[in-house]
Amino acid sequence: MTSLIDHNPHSNSIGFSFSQSTNAGTKEHSFYPYTDNGGSVLGITGKDFAVLAGDTRSTSGYNINSRYVPKVFKIGGDEDGEGAHILLSVVGFAADGLALKEKLDAVVKMYKYQHGKPMSVRACAQRLSTILYGKRFFPYYVQAILAGLDEEGKGALYGYDPVGSYEREQCRAAGAASSLIMPLLDNQVNLKNQYIPGSGEGHALEARKPEPMPRETVEQLVRDAFTSAVERHIEVGDGLQMLVITANGIEEIYHPLKKD
Amino acid sequence: MNHFPGTWGRPRDDVYGPYDSSYLRSTGPKAHTQSPAVTGTSVIAVKFNGGVAIAADNLASYGSLARFTDVKRLRVFGDAAVVGFSGDVSDMQYIDRLLESMDIRENYSAHGNQLNAKNLHTYLSKVLYKRRSEFNPLWNHILVAGFDGEKKPFLSSADLLGTTFSAPHLATGFGAHLAIPILRRLFPEERPIEEITKEDAIKALKECLKVLWYRDARSLDKYSLAVITQEGIEVQEDQQIEAQSWAFAETIKGYGAQTV
Repeated sequence: MTSLIDHNPHSNSIGFSFSQSTNAGTKEHSFYPYTDNGGSVLGITGKDFAVLAGDTRSTSGYNINSRYVPKVFKIGGDEDGEGAHILLSVVGFAADGLALKEKLDAVVKMYKYQHGKPMSVRACAQRLSTILYGKRFFPYYVQAILAGLDEEGKGALYGYDPVGSYEREQCRAAGAASSLIMPLLDNQVNLKNQYIPGSGEGHALEARKPEPMPRETVEQLVRDAFTSAVERHIEVGDGLQMLVITANGIEEIYHPLKKD
Repeated sequence: MNHFPGTWGRPRDDVYGPYDSSYLRSTGPKAHTQSPAVTGTSVIAVKFNGGVAIAADNLASYGSLARFTDVKRLRVFGDAAVVGFSGDVSDMQYIDRLLESMDIRENYSAHGNQLNAKNLHTYLSKVLYKRRSEFNPLWNHILVAGFDGEKKPFLSSADLLGTTFSAPHLATGFGAHLAIPILRRLFPEERPIEEITKEDAIKALKECLKVLWYRDARSLDKYSLAVITQEGIEVQEDQQIEAQSWAFAETIKGYGAQTV
């Protein structure tokens, strides 16, 4: 009984059910707000066009959620994408990707209403970077690629990291199979490690200069990249959605991929 | 007895240790749901020619305890959609209240438009995504079945992270592992939806529920089944899994691989 008597009235050891806040320990947070929905996207530019493509599989772990969930979107158009002049692909956490797409779509539409002209791809690219950086400390867990035609009508492509670092490029692969596709693109689009035969010995060997590729070649390269990625990556497959933007508008092409 | 009335009638601290009152805390860090408490298991659904069928069992588990055996996890929204809930049951009841108030508001509004299943799914996925972004998730994975704006059968899913996807057949939880392979075999993608009758769909769902009852330890043999067609929504609650055959169980030794 002694231990009950020697209680100090100000001590926390009395079994009151309140005023315990001062020594409350930190709470463990076991909720993780991100997931990876797999898939890959790829963009290549040409002289007067840009291609943005992605597979349509959605995964969680080893499960296939669905065989058709597009991750390449038209930006700035109406509900059916009519009148859009910019393409965006997002890969990584699909819910963040969709939220990002809707935000950018709203921004591009508001720009048109307020300025009476469509937003340039350059301006849209900078704005997308700002949107991503705006969530620097709770990022959109996505790798984004933006595509369109620049002021001169040339194909424009911008690649992003999840917090908004971006650069204009000739080609970019992102997502689950990016490590499989990007080296192929380095070699086939930017002609890395390709030399003109017989142009010299050793360091004198002249490197091939990359040039814009015709549309047919680009489309075939995209298909090859994805059929190869499907062979080696389990999160890639089911279908290939390819959006091609030219001065005449946006064309959508769908190719089936292996469903295994 | 001592002169601290606050300690009277309480378990003695020197015997039982101080009372853990952390759950009564009103100050300090706010505790959000970090794990679900009372949960429902799989929801399964399949599209057929002219509608969607959806089913879930009537069990709410508390961990491994089969706590409530008469919980209806299919909720009808207006005359347009059925929402199937898996995951936390209290969060389900909260969402149900949200939907109820929205339904009343919509019915009293003057615009005369009816929210369809697609609208409902968009709304629910945004609620779920907003809550996950606040680190205060609604711990559910839901399926929404009904019709879209063009009166075509609609079936889509949304989870606690706000991830959404749509497919001809969907299942949450354990059903994603056990029911989806059965449904994909019965209704392969090559088979046009026009060939799948309402009876086929219902039969398939009942078969899947039976498999889940055999192998999902958190399932029940009492279930609800809803069929949504243009004629309306038929909900059957308090159904019983029929033609059970536990003969296979007699041959199982150990974990199943054992033969002697």
